[in-house]
Amino acid sequence: MAQPAKGDAFVEFDRVQKSYDGETLVVKELNLTIAKGEFLTMLGPSGSGKTTCLMMLAGFETATHGEIRLDGRPINMVPPHKRGIGMVFQNYALFPHMTVNENLAFPLEVRGMGKAEREAKIRRALDMVQMGAFGNRRPAQLSGGQQQRIALARALVFEPQLVLMDEPLGALDKQLREHMQFEIKHLHESLGITVVYVTHDQSEALTMSDRIAVFNDGRIQQLAAPAELYEQPQNSFVAQFIGENNKLPGTVEGIEGGRATVRLATGELIDATPVNVTKQGQKTLVSIRPERIEFRPDLLPPGAHTIEAEVLEFIYMGDLFRTRLRVAGSDDFVIKNRNTTGQRRLMPGEKISIGWAPQDARALDPM
Amino acid sequence: MADTTAAPLTTADGKPLKAALARAQSRARRRALLLVLPLLLFILVSFVLPIGELLKQSVENDYFTANMPRTVQWFQTHPAGTPPDEAAYAAVALDLKDGYTARTAPLAGTRVNYDMPGTRSLFTSTARKAAQMQPPYKDALLAADPKWGDPMLWATMRRVAPAISDDFYLAALDRTRDVNGNIVQVSQDQRIYIMLFMRTFGLAAAITFICFLMGYPVAHLLATLPLRKSNLLMILVLLPFWTSLLVRTTAWIVLLQREGVVNDILVWLGVVDNQHRLEMMYNQTGTIVAMTHILLPFMILPLYSVMRPIPPSYARAARSLGATSWTTFRRIYFPQTLPGIGAGSLLVFILAVGYYITPALVGGASGQLISNLIAFHLQNSLNWSLGSALAALLLVAVILLYWLYDRLVGIDKLKLG
Repeated sequence: MAQPAKGDAFVEFDRVQKSYDGETLVVKELNLTIAKGEFLTMLGPSGSGKTTCLMMLAGFETATHGEIRLDGRPINMVPPHKRGIGMVFQNYALFPHMTVNENLAFPLEVRGMGKAEREAKIRRALDMVQMGAFGNRRPAQLSGGQQQRIALARALVFEPQLVLMDEPLGALDKQLREHMQFEIKHLHESLGITVVYVTHDQSEALTMSDRIAVFNDGRIQQLAAPAELYEQPQNSFVAQFIGENNKLPGTVEGIEGGRATVRLATGELIDATPVNVTKQGQKTLVSIRPERIEFRPDLLPPGAHTIEAEVLEFIYMGDLFRTRLRVAGSDDFVIKNRNTTGQRRLMPGEKISIGWAPQDARALDPM
Repeated sequence: MADTTAAPLTTADGKPLKAALARAQSRARRRALLLVLPLLLFILVSFVLPIGELLKQSVENDYFTANMPRTVQWFQTHPAGTPPDEAAYAAVALDLKDGYTARTAPLAGTRVNYDMPGTRSLFTSTARKAAQMQPPYKDALLAADPKWGDPMLWATMRRVAPAISDDFYLAALDRTRDVNGNIVQVSQDQRIYIMLFMRTFGLAAAITFICFLMGYPVAHLLATLPLRKSNLLMILVLLPFWTSLLVRTTAWIVLLQREGVVNDILVWLGVVDNQHRLEMMYNQTGTIVAMTHILLPFMILPLYSVMRPIPPSYARAARSLGATSWTTFRRIYFPQTLPGIGAGSLLVFILAVGYYITPALVGGASGQLISNLIAFHLQNSLNWSLGSALAALLLVAVILLYWLYDRLVGIDKLKLG
């Protein structure tokens, strides 16, 4: 797996396994190193083991096998309250019988901090999330977004080195969610804390993270920076899970000079970059992003193979045109074009030729 | 918006908005009233009226007033302290004569008997002779029974003459009026009610506390287990509800009596000597054990209903913020269960204060509660007024408690399920 992006290892999962029932593994041999100051996102569908990993790190679940280290110190046997990890929960878990101030004072009180110091820290934390005026409210008197900010302030008020976030924006509406993504990102940058963030929302992961670990079936499928993950998925699960994706099943016809020729089931030849195919005759799934497909001949790279397509549907999305095509016998091939001046709008029933640069099509393992 | 205060709003065709709203809703309101009407009538007939009657009985008793009209008349025209003259004796004799024919003389005697034991037979026996009595009545009455000369008897009759009096409330609080009309405590050996009230409230508090101690962990277990397992356990909690109260109480007798299962086992184990078997039945211990068992579900159910929706993430959040598990319980979990504790405690306490059958069966002498005395007065001594006064005091005490709870905790925080 990839090495940490920067600095020293701060959090380490060393061959960690987890089973709840002794029969199936929820987490299968997890190795993961997170650097100090890094924003790492665990992304995956529900049941992929990402939340379990977070809970093991927080101390609410015990690892069945393997070791988890925090700053070089094994923490498997350390109870959660001695780990000094801040955590933001999915439904915020603000204590309903306490005011905002009392909620924030709680972690400071249990650390035996004096009143004056507590108040100074609470003030600073509330100002940090622009909630300075809400100290005497109860959580029930706050909106979802405000509760989210308080939960964030509470997880940060005792100045932990590591903050875990378990789908913290899941309950917010789209606009607020996008706004909070940037705020969390900025807080992370200005405070220099390490953040481990769990989400199943890929756009959230792409927006915020230094690196993303894509989980599926109890394993990390790919660990990479957002751009690499989107543009160079290592296997068909990642290609499918991150962003929209067209897939064309076929057989490798030949590999030559970092370029593979793939023959589709319907007989057409296309170009692709071999990722995890090595020799002729292998089954493969070619993955192409909808926005990397061209239909105007003048924009195609010279010498590229083209393939016939029929327009089935044209959807106007504002900044984008989304066109559904029939390609190689399948009806769910999608291309996206920016709504620029002079962009042509395809009409349903129209017959076109499409093509792409070979590096944008990736020949992956068949699923 | 500004003109809303200036003129009342009207509908589009100029009718007042309020009237239109009332008309629009009247049908729904009428239907709602019809739906609750049967229950309303039921409560009125079976609850409000009997309690009203009870409260009336506790201050009004006309056994004497209705059946000795001439005597009452004499008391009204002669101030307290006047020695009975011939007219007074004549009034008594004629009233008793009428009472004998109407068979109401014993009733009047019963009323005097409440305050002065032994007088009921005096009234019945004198009434039998009253038919033949000739003036002067004073001599005739004294000849029938010399007790008629007792000033205490006359003082008592004067006191019971008005139909409405606070006598029964005084009696229920171990108080009475002396010859001069001052409120005094009754003699030492007759003071029972205050002691019984105290014992009732003490035992109820103890039972409530034990129910809380035992029910809280069970409710927590039920609330945190997976639903399938907790449903199974819930059946065990509810099982006693489906068994006859009598059977359960009798089962405790079998277990706890002197020759019972528990004592047998303790003797067999050598914990207690065969000669000194534990007395766990027919005393306060028996009452506490049996009532705790019977009332436990009333504590567990409200607690459970409050605990179930508390998400485990609160405890996790507290732990991640650095709190030990004890601090987490004390400062995060426990405060959130207070509405359940309040509801459960209030429910168990109020039920325990009025409990009758279990203490009657297993309480012996020392485990009797005030309700047993109320039942005694209603069924055996037939002093309904005193029984009503005791019951009314109990009602007042419970209402007071409810009010106190509302002031301290807030009744809106009560959560029964």
